[in-house]
Amino acid sequence: MRYFELFAIPVDYQIDLATVNKNYLDLQRAVHPDRHANSSSRDKLLAVQNAAEINDALQTLKHPVKRAEYMLSELGVDIRAEQQTLQDPLFLMQQMELREELEELSSSSGPDAAIGQFEQQIKQLDGQYSAQLAVQLASADEQQWQQAADNIRKLKFVYKLRDELERIEDSLFDD
Amino acid sequence: MALLQIAEPGQSAAPHEHKLAIGIDLGTTNSLVATVQSGEARTLTDISGAAMLPSVVRYQADSTTVGEQAAQAATQDPANTLISVKRFLGKTQAEIQQSYGQLPYDFCEHDGALAIKTAAGKISPVTASSDILIALKQRAEESFAGQDILGAVITVPAYFDDAQRQSTKDAAELAGIKVLRLLNEPTAAAVAYGLDSGQEGIIAVYDLGGGTFDISVLRLNQGVFEVLATGGDSSLGGDDFDSLLVDYFKRETGVMNLSPSVLRLFINKAKACKEALSQYAKVNVGLEFDDEKHMVEVTREKFEELAVPLVKKTLRSCRRAVKDAGIENDDVLQVVMVGGSTRMPIVRNQVAEFFSKEPLTSIDPDRVVALGAALQADVLVGNKPDSDMLLLDVLPLSLGLETMGGLVEKIIPRNTTIPVARAQEFTTFKDGQTAMSLHVLQGERELVDDCRSLAKFSLKGIPPMAAGAAHIRVTFKVDADGLLSVSAMEKSTGVQADIQVKPSFGLSDDQVANMLKESMTNAKGDMQARMLKEQQVEALRVIEALDASLATDSQLLDETELGVLKTEIAALAAIRETAVEPSDIKAAIEKVDNASSVFAERRMDASIKKALQGQSVDNV
Repeated sequence: MRYFELFAIPVDYQIDLATVNKNYLDLQRAVHPDRHANSSSRDKLLAVQNAAEINDALQTLKHPVKRAEYMLSELGVDIRAEQQTLQDPLFLMQQMELREELEELSSSSGPDAAIGQFEQQIKQLDGQYSAQLAVQLASADEQQWQQAADNIRKLKFVYKLRDELERIEDSLFDD
Repeated sequence: MALLQIAEPGQSAAPHEHKLAIGIDLGTTNSLVATVQSGEARTLTDISGAAMLPSVVRYQADSTTVGEQAAQAATQDPANTLISVKRFLGKTQAEIQQSYGQLPYDFCEHDGALAIKTAAGKISPVTASSDILIALKQRAEESFAGQDILGAVITVPAYFDDAQRQSTKDAAELAGIKVLRLLNEPTAAAVAYGLDSGQEGIIAVYDLGGGTFDISVLRLNQGVFEVLATGGDSSLGGDDFDSLLVDYFKRETGVMNLSPSVLRLFINKAKACKEALSQYAKVNVGLEFDDEKHMVEVTREKFEELAVPLVKKTLRSCRRAVKDAGIENDDVLQVVMVGGSTRMPIVRNQVAEFFSKEPLTSIDPDRVVALGAALQADVLVGNKPDSDMLLLDVLPLSLGLETMGGLVEKIIPRNTTIPVARAQEFTTFKDGQTAMSLHVLQGERELVDDCRSLAKFSLKGIPPMAAGAAHIRVTFKVDADGLLSVSAMEKSTGVQADIQVKPSFGLSDDQVANMLKESMTNAKGDMQARMLKEQQVEALRVIEALDASLATDSQLLDETELGVLKTEIAALAAIRETAVEPSDIKAAIEKVDNASSVFAERRMDASIKKALQGQSVDNV
């Protein structure tokens, strides 16, 4: 997997962010166009291309969903351009309940505590799906990969909830 | 003309020669030029010892004046004296009227771009900016008589969009300045402070200038200045505080309709009043014009009451930038103040309260940006080969394309580290559709009408297919200057369209070339001589760069490859000395470029491997 090799880190869904960030700076020190400002125009062009790829690799590796999608596509299952196809009634039901809970947050009597509690729920879901993803993406079994694809779709729902929560927090803070 | 000595490949002619590069702060109100000498950045002054050049150009039928002398003519000759033109860069007339209301200028269109009618003809904001740049360049040339200026780092507000950046670069080209980099003003300030203090951690740069506001959050780590997030308002600055006072004067005097020269008087008085209120609790402003005499009393309290909404607006941008950076206010180690408008006590107090710490003002807020730009120019031009300094900047505003229903689909979100390349696929929506038009936009809003239109272009010659069968891949590339180029390709046929994004209302490449030609035929410069000189300098740069690379990495090439490359370099060196046609040197440079492409690739791969050497063995 090219991005992992580029950053000299083991191919594993669980990554060490500190190492990724450190290696990112070392890589940019080597390739950034500013380090080649006095070189030939060939060198400069290559520098821009390489710096852009390293920036893209960093964004992909850092973001849990992008990282998972990237690993899965490298395994031959590309779901990055798909339309939503999640079929898991239990999960969808749970999401609907969470959404309702979220909508009631701003009108709740103690929004701070309620927001904290909701954050905990999101964290717990995030942790659960991430742990499963790590195992599924390390597997050599194609069925596991399909389950990983479903887990990624679920994680997207969870992150949407998190964004929504942030927006609500912001609007409360604005007043 | 004195030609420089060319050394044999592998040995540089003068390895320790100091190369002259400058940093330019092209400000709304004032501009500065700085350079690094004996390791120290300093601003260059005019004969009278002033570092700040008022960003004012006066156009008369037979002469153009820039700076203090032009500024003094503003009240008596408002229509021909262009002030704060930076605010008009990359804008339309409608936008300017909406943002700034009454101005003493006669706006018009010139070849589809915005211009101002003056006694010297129609002047575009790009031309006026380039006249300011020329004055700064001359100042630098006079300070270092006889030495070539190899290039400049020119600063722009971090929140400048693509059209405004491109216009700045056009102005530099028009002024005959080689742009090493467009650098964001807050990043430049961070460089000046960061290198000064040597501290590591997160810093926030609050930059309130004459016409623009920027907030940037950066992480400093072993010489790397990594911008985490940036925000701001490219039409909010000291001028807006002045216009609050102008409105106040109007209300107090009851004089509502001002002639251009009285308006200029009010603006000048407002500026002076604002500046005085930073020191005094109360200022009496005398307004004398035509046969009228008025005295208006302004207390600091009254001014601050008027100013609070503007300051609050800047703080909202700060909050968003802190959030976008993924940090909390408490994580900010230092707050740096930049721009003359941060001298207002209300600004300092509110910022201090927001970040819960006293902001830093130890470097002159008027000069800090130029100093930072000079420091980067010094590194970029190659005076500091061992420097660890690296600036990683971000895209200030999201880039996207128009999709069905007048909506914008974001291709690159704001605060993405640059350079960056992103591709997205689109398809046709009608059977047999053979063309597709693309509308490139910049901004955060969802509707096309609420975003900045950057360019429109079309991809033609798509073979007729069923709706949805064509795969059109649109690629956005943003370089390290923050400038965008877009290309589109239909995947099955390879039909392609490329554009360098030029602002919808700005100048086209041809227009810039024409203006350049005009300026040269009109003025002293002999175009041929200047272009020859430029190519000679460029050739020397290429030869020196390759010599330096060969000195360290020639083992990456085999005997034959090395021989071919050395022959081309020698040929270029010879042509550089003898050629009279600039195009001959240009052709020889291209040949060297082609001959060095394998070498360039191998060196880049080798440097990537070297960057993480040792780790790959331990970790994988």
